[in-house]
Amino acid sequence: MLNVIGKRILSFCVVLNTFITYIFISNTLVISTVQAEVIHSERSLYTNILVEDKDDLRCLKFNVKSNKTRQSCQLKSEPQKLVFNYTKLLLTGLLVNPEPKRILIIGLGGGTMSNTLHQLLPDSYIDNVEIDESVIKVARQYFGFLENEQIKTYSQDGRVFVKRALLKKQEYDWIILDAFNGDYIPEHLMTKEFLQEIKKLLSQKGILTANTFSSSKLYAYESATYKSVFGHFYQVSIKDNSNRIILARKSGLEPIIDRNKLTEEQVNKEKDKLALELLALGVDVEKLYQNMKSTATSQNWEDDNPVLTDQFAPANLLNID
Amino acid sequence: MCVELLAGRILAPFFGSSVHIWGSIITVFMLSLSIGYLLGGKLSTRSASLSRYGVIFIVAGITLLPIVTSSTWLMEAIFIAIEDSRYGSLLASTVLFFIPTIILGMLSPYSVRLLVKDSNESGQVAGKLYFVSTLGSALGTIITSFYFVMWFDINTIVISVSLLLSLLGGTAIVLAKVNSSFSSLNTQGDISHA
Repeated sequence: MLNVIGKRILSFCVVLNTFITYIFISNTLVISTVQAEVIHSERSLYTNILVEDKDDLRCLKFNVKSNKTRQSCQLKSEPQKLVFNYTKLLLTGLLVNPEPKRILIIGLGGGTMSNTLHQLLPDSYIDNVEIDESVIKVARQYFGFLENEQIKTYSQDGRVFVKRALLKKQEYDWIILDAFNGDYIPEHLMTKEFLQEIKKLLSQKGILTANTFSSSKLYAYESATYKSVFGHFYQVSIKDNSNRIILARKSGLEPIIDRNKLTEEQVNKEKDKLALELLALGVDVEKLYQNMKSTATSQNWEDDNPVLTDQFAPANLLNID
Repeated sequence: MCVELLAGRILAPFFGSSVHIWGSIITVFMLSLSIGYLLGGKLSTRSASLSRYGVIFIVAGITLLPIVTSSTWLMEAIFIAIEDSRYGSLLASTVLFFIPTIILGMLSPYSVRLLVKDSNESGQVAGKLYFVSTLGSALGTIITSFYFVMWFDINTIVISVSLLLSLLGGTAIVLAKVNSSFSSLNTQGDISHA
C-alpha cells in the first residue's frame, strides 16, 4: 500500500517537475526576444555556420536566410538540458532499447546529443560522424562538446563511414541519423541501399532513429523506403513541428515494452528509473510515449509509393513545396 | 555534361558527397577532354572522313556502357583497396569516365576538320562548333539535373546517352555512304560531260 502511495507521489512529482521545466524553458524563450548576438560566424566548405547568443540560450545555425534553418541550442547555465523538441524525441530510442552499449551518431550539430547520451549512459561508446570539419570545431569551442576514450569523432561522409564500419565487421546498438537539416538533403543517405547498410551495421537488438524533415512528396517516398527495409516502424512527432523521428528496429517492431510478459510493477520500475533520468534533461517520458505511433496501426502514405534507391534518388527535387 | 552530372550520383554511395568528390570528377573530365582534343586533332590529319567520324561516336557510346554494367563491383574493389576517399574517388572516376570522355573530346577537333573548307572561315566554323557544343552541355546539365533524375534511373539515362551517340554515329556512316555514291555519280556525270 505504502509502495503504491510512494509511486503516486513520485509520478506526481514527475508531472510537477516537467511542468516547472516547461515554464522555465518557455520563459527563457520569451525573454530572449532580445536581439541575438552573433558570437561566431564562418563559411565552411558545406554551409554557413553561425553561433548566436540570446541571453542564456546559445544556438548553432546553418544557412541563416532559410526559414527552415536547423538549430542546435543549449542553455548556457544548464548545458545538459535538452532545449529542442527533436533532440528529446530522439530519446524515444531509449524506450525501445534502454541499454545501448555502442552508439553511432551521424550528423554532429553542436554535439548536444553526444553529450546527453554520455551523461545518461556513461559506460557506452559513442562514435560521432560529421562531414564538416568546421562544425566539429565549433561544437568543441562553443558547445562544450565532450570527447574522450569512449567518445570519438570522425570527419567523414556518413555513408563512407558506414561502409567502412561494415568492412571492419563493427556493430552498433543504436544508430542516430541526424544529417538532415530541412534545407539540403544528402540524397545518398536516404536510399534503400543505405538503409540496408545501416540495418546490417545494427546489432541484433539494435535500433535506428532518424531525424527527418521531409515534406511534400518526399514524405511518402521516404516512408516507403524505410518500410521496404525495416518493415513497420514508429513515427514520433509533435503536431506543430516540421520534423519527425523515424524509429526502426533491426528485427522489426514488437510492442515497446511487452507489457504482458512483465508484471506491472516491473514495467513501472523500469519506466520510473528512465523517467527520472530523462526528467533531469527536461524530457517527459509519458509525452514521448504519447507521441509515438506505429505505422502498423496508422500509416499516412500510399502503400504502393515507389522507394528511393541509389539509381533513383531525386530527394531534393521531391522536397520542393 | 549529362554524364558528368550523373558521375556525382554514381560515386556517392561509395565515396560520399564531400567536396573532394566533385574535385575528382571535374579533374578527370577536364584531363580526359584535353587529351581527347589532342588525339582528335591528331586523328583528323590522317584521311579524315565522315564515316570515321561516325565510328568515333559509336565507340564513345560503347565505352559508356561499363558505367552501367560494371560500376558497382569496380567501385567496391576500389573502396576496399583505397582507404582515403579522395584517392578512391579519383581512381574510380578515372576508371569509369576517363576513356569515354577522351573519345567524346575527340569529336570537337574532328568536327572542325570536317566542316572547315578554307582557312578564311575556320574561325567562324570553330566559333559555331563551340557555340553548339557548349549550348548542348548547358542543356544537358539543366535537363538532367532538373528532370531526368526525377523521371528515370541513372542507368536508363546513361544507356540512352550511349544509344543516342551510337545512333548519331550510325547516321553519320550512312550519310557518308550515300554521299560517296552520290559524289561518284557526280564524277561520272562530269566525265560524261567532258
